[in-house]
Amino acid sequence: MHEKSNGEAVGNGAYSLPAKLSINLKINGADKQIEVAPWVTLLDLLRERLDLTGTKKGCDHGQCGACTVLVDGVRVNSCLTLAVMKDGAEITTIEGLASGDELQPIQQAFIDCDAFQCGYCTPGQICSAVGLMAEGKAKTSDDIRELMSGNICRCGAYPNIVAAVEQAMQQRSEGGAAR
Amino acid sequence: MNNFSYARATDVANAVSEISADNAAKFIAGGTNLIDLMKENVARPSRLVDINRLPLNKIEENDEGGLRLGALCTNAETAYHAEVEKRYPLLSKAILAGASPQLRNMATNGGNLLQRTRCYYFYDVATPCNKREPGTGCSAIEGFNRMHAIFGTSEHCIAVHPSDMCIALAALEAIVNVTGETGEQTIDFEDFHRLPGNTPNIDTNLHGDEIITSIDLPAKGFAQNHAYLKLRDRTSYAFALVSVAVGLEMDGDSIIEARLALGGVAHRPWRNLEAEKLLNGKTATKENFQTVAEAIFKDAKGFEHNSFKIELGKRAVVRALRQAVEMKRNNDSQFHRTSTEPV
Repeated sequence: MHEKSNGEAVGNGAYSLPAKLSINLKINGADKQIEVAPWVTLLDLLRERLDLTGTKKGCDHGQCGACTVLVDGVRVNSCLTLAVMKDGAEITTIEGLASGDELQPIQQAFIDCDAFQCGYCTPGQICSAVGLMAEGKAKTSDDIRELMSGNICRCGAYPNIVAAVEQAMQQRSEGGAAR
Repeated sequence: MNNFSYARATDVANAVSEISADNAAKFIAGGTNLIDLMKENVARPSRLVDINRLPLNKIEENDEGGLRLGALCTNAETAYHAEVEKRYPLLSKAILAGASPQLRNMATNGGNLLQRTRCYYFYDVATPCNKREPGTGCSAIEGFNRMHAIFGTSEHCIAVHPSDMCIALAALEAIVNVTGETGEQTIDFEDFHRLPGNTPNIDTNLHGDEIITSIDLPAKGFAQNHAYLKLRDRTSYAFALVSVAVGLEMDGDSIIEARLALGGVAHRPWRNLEAEKLLNGKTATKENFQTVAEAIFKDAKGFEHNSFKIELGKRAVVRALRQAVEMKRNNDSQFHRTSTEPV
């Protein structure tokens, strides 16, 4: 992190805006150096600055899970994370899951199981499911329900979301999934 | 969100000097509550001191035969830590009963202790609130107060502390280690959170120059007989209306020592030490459980929309005690389930 400038004087010059900070992030495998004000959330950085609009802004208060991304492989709410706090981290968004045209098993499972209607919560649901599988704590469908509870679906596609996560977990345990 | 400047603390001493230099500065760790409060304009720090890179992220043995939980370990790391699961399952279950997996991956142990109430009037800057703006009045006392406190309220504030983790820490009699300008201090968990009194704007006895560095768990973990029962409007991802943390030390059917802490009912984790002692040396029977429940709730005072918590709370105490004795339903899963059995 480096302070790039002293910011611009505001009004009569009685105070100045804090400096923008230069941070490094690896986003979906690509190294980025970004200058960002300290109050910019990771979510706003992704959507407004980097055109990665797959990650959705639902409630912007950590209650709906639509903004879920993986930071160093761990699922978090990007709306409650300041970008500057994650200097040096590796960020994976919904755009970074597939290899070219080949979907990750959990993405294919959402299609196979019809696990969405409007689709707005889906990127967050899928990133959350990737995090859930990496955590390895869900053993039963009740556990999946509990551990997906940070992702709200207003269309109510929950039964199919649980089915999709079960399908991907099964493929994973059978070793069919490479990732 | 208002503009603010940002600094990264390089060590604990630097964090203390940064926070002491500016009384409108705040520490940021997980950010799950603070950033939300900043978006709502409830918190308006001039400067954020990012403590995430400080070496306070270990869980290790302490000198008392217990565990020391680093202030910067996340709630998820703590709940799923093998030694915490084995020796302090009450703490694991309480943590996993709170928030969502994403939030638990971000929120830290120190931050959990310092989170603010979720009273809707505290969050709504268009309404009076003595906690947010001292002297403006309390909108909850005669307002919609279904989630509010029934113990230890004052004429200035009836907010509740929202934590699940802290209810277990109260029952476990944890110790909070802090560092300030004058050096290191320890604060008994019982003395950490305050009642609202005349200063509801002050939640804890942590001083402005102090940083939480770790939380010590004493050796006694009540792994054999414990329960965390959380009653809420949905079965997951909701704050408690009433929660009960129970730890029992037992000899056959008789109780040697009982610990009981309640959440969702007061401005701090609520314990009634006199009432708890009623169980010591007693047999684990429903009648004895009802006696202690009556004793705890004799001080309760309901408001227009939350008087239901008194009867609900008594039944929750009895059921949690029974679960701690039986240790059956509790052991099925570490994730909290509210069974369909009537309370």
